Amino acid sequence: MAIDFQRVAPRAHQARVGRKRSLWLRMHLDPWLLSILLLLISFGLVVLYSASGMSASTTMAQASRMGVALLGAVIIAQFSPGTLFRWTPLAYGGGLLMLIAVEIMGDIGMGAQRWLEIGPLRFQPSEVMKIAMPMMLAAYFHRRPLPPTWRDLIVCAVIIGVPVLLIARQPDLGTSLLVTCAAVFVILLTGLSWKFILTLVAMAGAAAPLLWINMHDYQRQRVLTFLNPESDPLGAGWNIIQSKTAIGSGGLEGKGWGLGTQSQLEFLPERHTDFIVAVLGEEFGLIGMCTILVLYLLLVSRGLVMANHAQDTYGRLLAGSIVLTFFIYVFVNIGMVTGILPVVGVPLPLVSYGGTSSVTLMAGFGILMSIHTHRRLLTH
Amino acid sequence: MRKRRENVKNHEQEVRVFRNRSLVAALIILLMAGALVSRLVYLQIIEHDVFITRSDNNRMRVEPLPPRRGLIYDRNGKLLAENRPTYNLTIVRERVDDLDTTLQRLVDILGLPEDEVETFRERSRQRQRPYQPALLISDLTEDQIARLAVNRYLLSGVEVEAQLMRYYPDPIVMSHVLGYVGRINADELADLDPGNYAGTHFIGKTGVEYTYEDQLHGKAGLRKVETNARGRVLRELDRNPAEPGKDITLTIDSRLQHMAYDLLGGRRGAIVAIQPKTGDILAMVSAPGFDINKFVTGISYKDYRALQENLDLPLYNRAVRGQYPPGSTVKPFEALGALQDGVVKPNDVIYDPGYFQLPNDSRRYHNWLRWGHGRVDLERALEVSNNTYFYTMAYRLGIDRLSAFMHQFGFGEVTSLDVQGASPGLMPSREWKREKYNQVWYPGETLSAGIGQGYFMATPLQLAAATATLANRGQWVRPHLAKRIGDDTVEPPFADTKPDVQIDQARWWQDVFKGMEAVMNGSEGTARKAGAGLQYEMAAKTGTAQVFSLGQNQKYDADELAERLRDHALFIGFAPVDDPQIAVAVIVENAGGGVSGLGRELTDAWLLPDGKLEDPPGTTVNEEIESIDGD
Repeated sequence: MAIDFQRVAPRAHQARVGRKRSLWLRMHLDPWLLSILLLLISFGLVVLYSASGMSASTTMAQASRMGVALLGAVIIAQFSPGTLFRWTPLAYGGGLLMLIAVEIMGDIGMGAQRWLEIGPLRFQPSEVMKIAMPMMLAAYFHRRPLPPTWRDLIVCAVIIGVPVLLIARQPDLGTSLLVTCAAVFVILLTGLSWKFILTLVAMAGAAAPLLWINMHDYQRQRVLTFLNPESDPLGAGWNIIQSKTAIGSGGLEGKGWGLGTQSQLEFLPERHTDFIVAVLGEEFGLIGMCTILVLYLLLVSRGLVMANHAQDTYGRLLAGSIVLTFFIYVFVNIGMVTGILPVVGVPLPLVSYGGTSSVTLMAGFGILMSIHTHRRLLTH
Repeated sequence: MRKRRENVKNHEQEVRVFRNRSLVAALIILLMAGALVSRLVYLQIIEHDVFITRSDNNRMRVEPLPPRRGLIYDRNGKLLAENRPTYNLTIVRERVDDLDTTLQRLVDILGLPEDEVETFRERSRQRQRPYQPALLISDLTEDQIARLAVNRYLLSGVEVEAQLMRYYPDPIVMSHVLGYVGRINADELADLDPGNYAGTHFIGKTGVEYTYEDQLHGKAGLRKVETNARGRVLRELDRNPAEPGKDITLTIDSRLQHMAYDLLGGRRGAIVAIQPKTGDILAMVSAPGFDINKFVTGISYKDYRALQENLDLPLYNRAVRGQYPPGSTVKPFEALGALQDGVVKPNDVIYDPGYFQLPNDSRRYHNWLRWGHGRVDLERALEVSNNTYFYTMAYRLGIDRLSAFMHQFGFGEVTSLDVQGASPGLMPSREWKREKYNQVWYPGETLSAGIGQGYFMATPLQLAAATATLANRGQWVRPHLAKRIGDDTVEPPFADTKPDVQIDQARWWQDVFKGMEAVMNGSEGTARKAGAGLQYEMAAKTGTAQVFSLGQNQKYDADELAERLRDHALFIGFAPVDDPQIAVAVIVENAGGGVSGLGRELTDAWLLPDGKLEDPPGTTVNEEIESIDGD
């Protein structure tokens, strides 16, 4: 497998490499990506400060958490894609084992169990899968001629299916869908023929009723509430009505920082976690919403450019999947808060308060930078 | 892998395919972002008005500002009803997580009996709008406030609220005049203006508090406040202050009122004193009284039962609702009727053998003095309260003329302006009896009516009003309790005042007054003992009313029975005759007689410069207490 990495061809734009750029490269960092990330994180902290009711401690906790996550990304970027490639089966296998462990502990502990505690560490194995899954598939396709064959797809179905089912059983439908997304993006980027894709979409459509049957009551309730939030305005529909009210009342320019009545007077639930974008929409208006969307799109664009510059199949597929999955997070969260998607527990990447998902996201961006910055070193 | 050697990876193609797919993905991402933006435009631009309204409705709440209830003073400015700050326990059902648990906790924390849970549940419903606090307990003790404060975190939706509550400094003597305020009940709630009474927990139930409810209550104000999702008020956005209720000054003189109450000396009875020229009710006592303060805070079942079962009927306002046969006190009015209708002349003499007989009837209608008063003219008839003379007058007038004339003095009618619950009494007539009993009128019944017995019923207030009109020589002024409402003075003429009593010869008034003066100072006057040493001219008439039947379901022991079968004693009078300042009516139940002294003492106290009027104990200095608003 190491052979492929040695076959990487030098790219044409090498000529443009200057002294400064080579410094960034030597540090295995991407200035564009980092700048956009920092902008997003800063904007996020500004919103969080207001959303947490001007809580400096909450904001500082989040800032330091983002700092640690960013540091994690920088460290990960130092590992070569080759190293990542070698660790891939370990990451996937380890993640799978932990999911099984959670499953067993969940059976013992009765009820939902997502967390695993090893000594002082406490984390969600499903988060590991968000990265390990695309890594594993990219690694698989790295050795396979593309586009994939039927046989490849069946192998993929197994690689995807086992952990996704385990996550769905926790039950954590949102994460299992996102993990599936990450996997599906890898397959789509391999160049699977459109005919295949359409067939798969049709099959997924057929499987939808099956999904409905296997859903928990609270999950079904979320879908029903999504379809008609007014049916239960004080119960399950409350969140979505209040978030729409918050965003809608923000108007073009917003009510001003810290002046959103919906958020400051606590009508908006989960305002510093999953529904933080409603605070943004209320206080900064359409202008603020468009600003953050543009930042996200810039980040995704930069990510796609970096993915296209990857010099091998593994890097390309993995980078592409990470970037596209990131956008799915953004879309699902904003779609949920604005009421065009059902409420699933997906935080707004880099803005919502919370550590676990930030670490995973940053790890993804670290991998992206690793893939992007190690190519030339390999050629020299 | 060996088998698939021909399928070696084509890197150039992979890169191309990946680029294509990336472009497709980028396009889809742009479309999705476009979907989000269009959704945001829809919410934030197109539907902005809808959501800004919704958000304002979320945070803004209109709260009522209950007005301060008007104070009540007596004619000399002594405070009779005030507002004291107290602490009430209120509950807002919408903010309670679990009503059952919360109510149970309240009962436990305050150490109340278990059945209070149901009472609380009932009270928590008594309000007009959602999110309006309902009153659970009024007048919390300091101990209760402390216990609630400690357990506050367990009791969401329950608040201790400062509120001004009615307090009567002189609760027993003033009980029937003032009436009382009490918690608004469900029936009253249905009839009230919800806007004006939002935030008001009390309403006048009886007496002046009831009559002048509208004026005393005032107008509720509003304030617009910003609240958070848990309903806590954060700041005030707008305020339209409440208009406080008007203070009312009564015509009552609490010194005279106290004196009258004391004169009754624990006996059942009533005294009403009126200033003839103005119609001011100077005193209006019904004894025994009761503690009206208990009714404000919500009287306990036990206390209420005790009041209801008390044989002396303290809750019963004898002064305005007590219907007594007026007895001989009707004789002066009847005498005027006889003069006016020309059936007798002042100096006409009638021989009293001790009884009166209707023509062609052997039945004898006795004078109270078995052997008769002999030759009796108008003056002496009044002085000695001769029955035979007035049997004759009644017979000559006939019930139709007698009834019509007595109506001119307000018998059988409500003449008072603002006395709550005043009864019209009963002035019987031919038509009345036909309607009521479908029976013809018997001539003997005319004779009974002529001495204020039989069907004839009058209240102490009516007797006092008739006496005041007599003192005014027929000029009617409606008796009233309010002297000043806010800045407006309550003065005659009042609407719907009865026409003045028409007497053709002015001296006939003098003739009757002479007879009434003789009651006090004549050698045979029925109140001559009480009239001894009068320092002014006083016209009066005594009366007794037979208690001829027991009320239904009344159980008396033997002593009690004997006492309660004695006649009611009555007295009416006014003084000075030339320039009447006061007219009084006194009734003492089962006194047998001898209540004239009470009347005399009242007129003495009112008229004499060294009168015995003293400020009653417990006089409080009036300090205006401004309305307490929430928070």
